[in-house]
Amino acid sequence: MSGVAASAATALELIIHADPELVRTVALSFMVSGTACFVGAWLGVPAGAWLAAARFSGRRAVLIALDTLLALPSVVAGLVVYLLLSRSGPLGSWGILFTPTAMVIAQTILVLPVVAALARQVVADGLAEGGEQLHALGAGPVLRAALMLVHARWAVVTLLLVAFGRAVSEVGAVMIVGGNIAGVTRVMTTSIALETSKGDLPLALALGLVLLSLVALLNVVVALVPRSPGLAGATWR
Amino acid sequence: MAVIRMAGALVDLDDVSVRFGAQRALDGVDFTVRRGEVVALVGANGSGKTTLLRVLHGVIAHAGERRIAPGLRHAMVYQRPFLLHLSALRNLLIGLWLADRAAARDAQRPSAHGRAERLERARAALARVGLDALASRSARSLSGGEQQRLALARGWATRPKLLLLDEPTSSLDPAARQDVEMLLKGFAADGMTLVFSTHDLAQARWLATRIVHLEAGRIDADLSSADFFRSVAEGGIRAFSPGEPAWSRTR
Repeated sequence: MSGVAASAATALELIIHADPELVRTVALSFMVSGTACFVGAWLGVPAGAWLAAARFSGRRAVLIALDTLLALPSVVAGLVVYLLLSRSGPLGSWGILFTPTAMVIAQTILVLPVVAALARQVVADGLAEGGEQLHALGAGPVLRAALMLVHARWAVVTLLLVAFGRAVSEVGAVMIVGGNIAGVTRVMTTSIALETSKGDLPLALALGLVLLSLVALLNVVVALVPRSPGLAGATWR
Repeated sequence: MAVIRMAGALVDLDDVSVRFGAQRALDGVDFTVRRGEVVALVGANGSGKTTLLRVLHGVIAHAGERRIAPGLRHAMVYQRPFLLHLSALRNLLIGLWLADRAAARDAQRPSAHGRAERLERARAALARVGLDALASRSARSLSGGEQQRLALARGWATRPKLLLLDEPTSSLDPAARQDVEMLLKGFAADGMTLVFSTHDLAQARWLATRIVHLEAGRIDADLSSADFFRSVAEGGIRAFSPGEPAWSRTR
């Protein structure tokens, strides 16, 4: 018990004194997961909105596949990206395996289905309520979906925060494609796994506290995101 | 889209039927809306009033033929208007933008209206329904009556020749209902053709020049307002009775 308490005290010291390794690891985590979410948002939100509005043969199969990908294990995503980027893989010539770029690609694959599926649900719910009326006003299917994204923009912000939480807290994909190289591809989750196995509990605990605080902060932000802009006075003029 | 040739007619339905699964919502309806009329659609829930309005507006598939006057501008206000999580003014601007786009698409020419003109029309519409002071308020934070007036403004702002309204006062308190009825009276006085559904016979009597009674998806009676109420009083139309609260409401 005293060992854990001592580790916790050392961990707090590392955080308070902004230990360079800790800061570097946290910064890389933010960079990788933030970029993955940014790319995932640009691809996933329009794709989800389009899936909500479009009607085509095979749509049901696409939706089932999307829902299946929601449960994609991070190690599987990592394995797929590893196979693609390894020297003998189809994209091996790019030479980006064990770089932050490979980690961004792996995390983008992880968050894309989350963003697309949740965006589809947000837009579909909106269309169920007001789709016909927007149609009656003269909006076509794509415009109706786009207007629903504007209408439900706070829900879109919430889903992006959820996606970031998924990315920043996963370990399997970034471990496989990043290689957990100190100062290059070491992020919070891979560092926690490594330091724990080495017995360096203070750094692992400090990173764990930062990660936990980050997730708590995300939850607070999600809770504060207004459900209705009108209630929050956040009218978009 | 079939174009109508009958003088004075805005929309003409010929043997129109609509099915929702096994349910037949409209069954072989022949119906013509003529310029300057104020038509009240009355009938029990499920009789087909809303479906008829949706067919008139062209937003649902149907069997039979629907013909409209060339270049007819028409708008529809729903029972529960859908307003975006934006300000009242922004909702109007988007409604106008969509209407202008649709009109330009139908006419196969670029929209003749710029943003400045749309802003002017939106502000005029808000003033017309008495909401100019609430232009920057979130549309969703307005009261039920104010939301319905905003929806009316959204319809009116597109300068339709024909305005379709689905039970426009059904969820409103008496004061808000009276506000909306006064607006509709004003629209009609300005020459706009109105078709509205209602369960309120007093409202129908006050506003409408013609009353259409629907029953099980068919038109059961299509009479001038005076003839309709004479028929009701004589027991010819038994769906409503003078003892109903809606009938006895006074003004």
